Amino acid sequence: MKIIAVIPAYNEETTIADVLQRTRPFVDMMVVVNDGSLDRTAEIARTQGATVVSHVINRGLGAAIGTGFVMAQRLQADVAITLDADGQHDPSKIPSFIAAIEQGADVVIGSRMLVRTGMPWYRQIANVLGNIFTFCLFGAWVTDSQSGFRAFTAFALRKIEIKTNRMEVSSELIAEAKRHKLNLTEVSIPAIYTEYSLSKGQSFSVGIKTLIKLIVRRMMQ
Amino acid sequence: MPLIQLLIPLFALFAISRTVRQFRKGALTIAWLIVWILFWVLVSAIALSPNTTNIFAQFVGVGRGVDFVIYVSLIGLFYLVFRLFVKIEDVEREITRLVRKLAIEEKEEERK
Repeated sequence: MKIIAVIPAYNEETTIADVLQRTRPFVDMMVVVNDGSLDRTAEIARTQGATVVSHVINRGLGAAIGTGFVMAQRLQADVAITLDADGQHDPSKIPSFIAAIEQGADVVIGSRMLVRTGMPWYRQIANVLGNIFTFCLFGAWVTDSQSGFRAFTAFALRKIEIKTNRMEVSSELIAEAKRHKLNLTEVSIPAIYTEYSLSKGQSFSVGIKTLIKLIVRRMMQ
Repeated sequence: MPLIQLLIPLFALFAISRTVRQFRKGALTIAWLIVWILFWVLVSAIALSPNTTNIFAQFVGVGRGVDFVIYVSLIGLFYLVFRLFVKIEDVEREITRLVRKLAIEEKEEERK
């Protein structure tokens, strides 16, 4: 089974090397989508042995994941694993995603909410709201709709079509899984929060923007 | 004649002249040129003879002609904003497709 890590990265030069080093033992290939970074992200990723695909300008998380999926398909991935470049996901959890796929899942979401973990309370509230809106708009219930740690089979990659460019993509991926009746499961992952990852995550205003875009996307369907 | 009745048609004339200029520059299709000219002519007509709107207002059951014009304008504006929003999203997607194609092609070149 060919496992490819898809890592969207935007100005992550301080964390990308560490993330790639910790990811390497668990995957066959690493694809870093350098989303128009202005720092040395691409260069560092290359020296760590990752395949780097570069957007000439910053297009956002959704766009980067979309490009990563195209690249993973071209590289004949059997499984694509998305994880964040800021170090908030523990790559040693990848085998539990693979196990879920071997048991028949097409899409696996790493949930920080299945067990009580280190997520700050205000993040938990935002997360529950995200789940509720995802459910109301797309009819798919998951415990952590905004998780960036996910796995997709080649079959799921062929089916899923990403339309949104930014943070909306997390909910959209779940909506797409539901629309194509893909087998979606969740595995528990720890929430690792550092000051660095908190500063880069979704703020309240970004959350509101994300919500508006999701509603518009729903209306356009 | 109140000053407003003079100002609105004057502004309409200005707006039409601008529209024609954009059309000459090729920034506007003939269809949109006609739509905008008709729109400004209509605005001037209403300004010059506000009572005509009362007929429409009574027809749809709104009290005053002026209210009718405001309701219709607001609805029109909201719809326009929505259309613009959708259009911008479309453009964003197109840009992403372009950026993605460039990125993938560059990578394929490298691998050859």
